[in-house]
Amino acid sequence: MNFQSSSKQDFKVVGTRVARPDGVDKVTGRALYGADFNVPGCQVGLILRSPHAHARIDNIDTSEALALPGVKAVVTSADWGVPEDEGLRDVQDNCLARGKVLYDGHAVAAVAAKDMVTARAALKLIRVDYTPLPHVTDVDEAMKPDAPVVQEARADESVPEGSGPNVTHYCEFGHGDLDAGFAKADTVIERSFTTAATHQGYIEPHACVASYGNDGKADLWCTTQGQYLVRDLCAGIMGMEGSQLRVTPSEIGGGFGGKTTVFIEPVALALSRKAGRPVKIVMSRVDVFRATGPTVSSSMDVRIGMTKDGRITAGEAKLRYQGGAFPCGTVDMGAQAAFAAYDMEAVRTRGWNALTNRPKEAAYRAPGAPMAIYAVESVVDELCQQLELDPLDVRLKNAADAGTKASYGVTFDQIGLRATLEAAKEHAHYHAPLGENQGRGLSCGFWFNFGGNTSVSLAINADGTASVTEGNPDIGGSRASISMMAAEELGIPYDKVRTFITDTGSLGQNDVTDGSRVTFAVGLATIKAARAAIQVMCARAAKIWGIDEDAVIWEDGAAKPSGPNAGDFEPMTLAEIAAISSETGGPIAGHHEVNAEGAGVSFGVHLADVEVDPETGATTVLRYTVFQDAGKAVHPDYVEGQMQGGAAQGIGWALNEEYIYDEDGRLQNAGFLDYRIPVASDLPAIDTVILEIPNPGHPYGVRGVGETPIVPPLAALSNAVSRAVGVRLHELPMSPPKILKAIMAQG
Amino acid sequence: MKNIHVSTVLNGDETEFVCAPEETLLDALRGRLGMTGAKEGCGTGDCGACTVEMDGRLVCSCLVLGAEAEGAEIKTVEGMAVGEGLHPLQQAFIDHAALQCGICTPGILVAAKTLLERNPDPTDTEVRYWLAGNLCRCTGYDKIIKAVQIAAADMRGA
Repeated sequence: MNFQSSSKQDFKVVGTRVARPDGVDKVTGRALYGADFNVPGCQVGLILRSPHAHARIDNIDTSEALALPGVKAVVTSADWGVPEDEGLRDVQDNCLARGKVLYDGHAVAAVAAKDMVTARAALKLIRVDYTPLPHVTDVDEAMKPDAPVVQEARADESVPEGSGPNVTHYCEFGHGDLDAGFAKADTVIERSFTTAATHQGYIEPHACVASYGNDGKADLWCTTQGQYLVRDLCAGIMGMEGSQLRVTPSEIGGGFGGKTTVFIEPVALALSRKAGRPVKIVMSRVDVFRATGPTVSSSMDVRIGMTKDGRITAGEAKLRYQGGAFPCGTVDMGAQAAFAAYDMEAVRTRGWNALTNRPKEAAYRAPGAPMAIYAVESVVDELCQQLELDPLDVRLKNAADAGTKASYGVTFDQIGLRATLEAAKEHAHYHAPLGENQGRGLSCGFWFNFGGNTSVSLAINADGTASVTEGNPDIGGSRASISMMAAEELGIPYDKVRTFITDTGSLGQNDVTDGSRVTFAVGLATIKAARAAIQVMCARAAKIWGIDEDAVIWEDGAAKPSGPNAGDFEPMTLAEIAAISSETGGPIAGHHEVNAEGAGVSFGVHLADVEVDPETGATTVLRYTVFQDAGKAVHPDYVEGQMQGGAAQGIGWALNEEYIYDEDGRLQNAGFLDYRIPVASDLPAIDTVILEIPNPGHPYGVRGVGETPIVPPLAALSNAVSRAVGVRLHELPMSPPKILKAIMAQG
Repeated sequence: MKNIHVSTVLNGDETEFVCAPEETLLDALRGRLGMTGAKEGCGTGDCGACTVEMDGRLVCSCLVLGAEAEGAEIKTVEGMAVGEGLHPLQQAFIDHAALQCGICTPGILVAAKTLLERNPDPTDTEVRYWLAGNLCRCTGYDKIIKAVQIAAADMRGA
């Protein structure tokens, strides 16, 4: 059998807008999320957190708490060993502090008790003696040589001699002669920017139930983006073998990267082991803000040179990110993404990560890219304003294309940037008139997209249906897409396929649901698992017909002789072959395991119209359009949903959202009232235009779409504000007081 | 203090439960009655994931005590569908992809239902302001607003 269908065009199922398989469960309240799961005899777990931004733990006295009737266990970091692996040790130390607390909200101890009232009372009885230490929460302050030291000696080998004590990582990308490039420019603009840390803001707090048996075997049910990673981290921390811990993911109530690690799961396991009972931990919203996520905050300098006719001659970016109290590599992705949209002769990006007394950074949708591209796209826009050039024409003139050597070293294959820019230029939105105090901004966006370890199993059932078993939590409709690709490949209707997401005991390793990888990589593995099953079905038909396997082809859901020479037999459908499978060799299934490559990068362009109230500085988004290359949109509704949802998160980042720390290093706005994410009345309709430039790395041309859309809103809105009221801000969020101040300073 | 005995009408059925004096209606629904459709996203009335109808009013059940449900009529997402049929809002949310992760969906459906009972033909802006107390982090609200309007048109025609 031959499968050279990388340019497949004639889809029957893929590209339609079918109902998602989990839809009814989710509109009736039947779907079970992390906190909805219970087991008999479950104890309530609660975590005690640091009130200090930075302090030495001199002593923890748990005796009174343990003596309280109804308390079953108390744990601290002393209940665990100290892992050799640095990354695992950091995860563990973030789950329960060892020696020092490193940020406001850092977990110190935990209790398991018969009910919430008892658990709360027990927390108050734990006595912790602290010696407060000097703290630092700002990235520029943290990089100074005399800054308070968050952790000693955490610099990796990339950090140059003489860097400040909190600098843990340095990176550098680029090519060409910068000096020569800037010399060719007619105008050079250099600006400095800052962006605040923002939280993923999933509405479902972290939740889990751990049940550790006296035989050393354990079960864990939790809301997560990756049950296999949870298993590996928890097993490592608990000193268990991976096979002895089964992790089953619940439905997940949003993650956006924030559920790609563990916070409470190892603590629940430790409590359960000690208590000899199952333990459930559900985080409060305050704890979610104080101790999970957020993304990095940044301080950046960007310099770009341009000729009078809009050709970029050189670009340089210096990025300083802080990802909290533990080493963090997010700046690498920012430094690689910053100039990805441009075909440049001379480009150089440098990045530094510094430790601060803030929570450990967790991935947030295109981690590292939004802030870097915000800075670059702001400077490009300012150059366009100064040189009186059309900002879309300038992007088109400099756009990266197939064959472009990217600023981070790779040479692009087929990419959709030019197509999205052209679509934006032709769109009515770009030509619509604007009123007073209104402005239009645009920005390009980019994300790498991941592939990764993937394992899928596909069973052909005797009644002619198919069951797909996969290992990636469905965060936005992926079960529909996976079923669609299986149906497409098998040649049966969508409603004959059901996709299940399984526990860690049922399949090989699956990397977490991140990097916009699932529709690409799980889809690819599903297609190949279906092909493996088809191969078996063709062999069964060949056996029945008494002809050679190679003389059988699969078409429209049936095995057929490949031509007149193969013999004259009526086609056998999938259902017919499945019905007699027990007589032709037994059950029929296909599976596929791969470390998927060829994810195919993703580009998008956003157009935003805003109106700024010059009296208050408040910004209203009037109109918003997202253009993005999806490769092939498997389920267009959910592709649009990613584009709209990412745009909304980016709009929140641009206008409102920020982690605010006081002088004492404590988070001031740990709740949805003060950390204000966009509500329905804040936003306009968000229009979408999907482009389809096939990804050569996927049989159907699919590219991941989830992350790119959070990238452009930051600069698109800043550029729009600049054009609305003639003031350009260099910091996010652009809250009303900041805009008002800038307007008043202008006079 | 001892638990309190509460008699209420839940989704049309007479229902009794006991709860602690400080226990929220949300905890009573979820913990005592196994009705986990209402979710806790914040516990402070900011996110609307726990939205239920109480005597015809929308409330955040995390801000209501279980004991306050005495004699009240409570409606949750579990009561929206009748038999095998979905409520038009539920059907529209599935047909028009108005949910991604789905955690906010129960609260939004309950809130949208009360809107359409009061105002069968709302403007988009009215829908947006009515739902401003229900946070959704996945969708950007666009498809939610459209689905509510499609359900409204469907219900007006029905």
